[in-house]
Amino acid sequence: MKARLQVTSVFVDDQAKALAFYTEKLGFIKKTDVPAGEYRWLTVVGADDPNGVELLLEPDEHPAAKAFTRALVEDGIPMTSFRVDDVNAAYRELEAEGVVFTQPPMPMGPMIGAVLDDTCGNLIMIVSPAPEPD
Amino acid sequence: MLAYSGTVGDVFKALADPTRRVIMDELVLRDGQTLFELCARLMNVHGSQSSRQAVSQHLAVLEDAGLIATHRAGRTKIHTLNTEPLRSITERWPLDR
Repeated sequence: MKARLQVTSVFVDDQAKALAFYTEKLGFIKKTDVPAGEYRWLTVVGADDPNGVELLLEPDEHPAAKAFTRALVEDGIPMTSFRVDDVNAAYRELEAEGVVFTQPPMPMGPMIGAVLDDTCGNLIMIVSPAPEPD
Repeated sequence: MLAYSGTVGDVFKALADPTRRVIMDELVLRDGQTLFELCARLMNVHGSQSSRQAVSQHLAVLEDAGLIATHRAGRTKIHTLNTEPLRSITERWPLDR
């Protein structure tokens, strides 16, 4: 058996708000949006990779999910990370649009990472490779 | 000052640990950090092997000594440096006599 990634997920406190943030601020595009009980099966994909791994914007309705995301946010820990071309450029662009960062770009091993508030209950890290030293 | 000293943890004990001094160094470089960022800086800049739980305990000792303060930005806990307790050292042993 060889499992592969089709979908990964973040817990969000409001799916509509999350769809707006993840598409308008982070540049994902909507992939699947179907009713599922009182919620929706709602996924987004990277704009340059519409057939790639989907990100499920999953309701944090379970009390444990809320406790989990709150505890991570309290300590500044990102729920997950997304690759961007240039973290420094993304940081400038998003901050100008009013996105709140808990951590400006800083080297983290071979990558540079910055941490932002997705407004839906999570901190998200955006990363790009650190420039090669001269 | 003596009364003030009585209400907070021991500044000298807080300063005695090298990891706690590095935490203070990092807050001089960038004040207002989350636990996550401080852990990342300790690991990336200083090669620290301290666990997140250990760093959290160091922060508690520093806060108890009044050397750091915490506040909330949204729901995230932010740590800031407060060097005011260091004044008691030079008041007790003046630099210029």
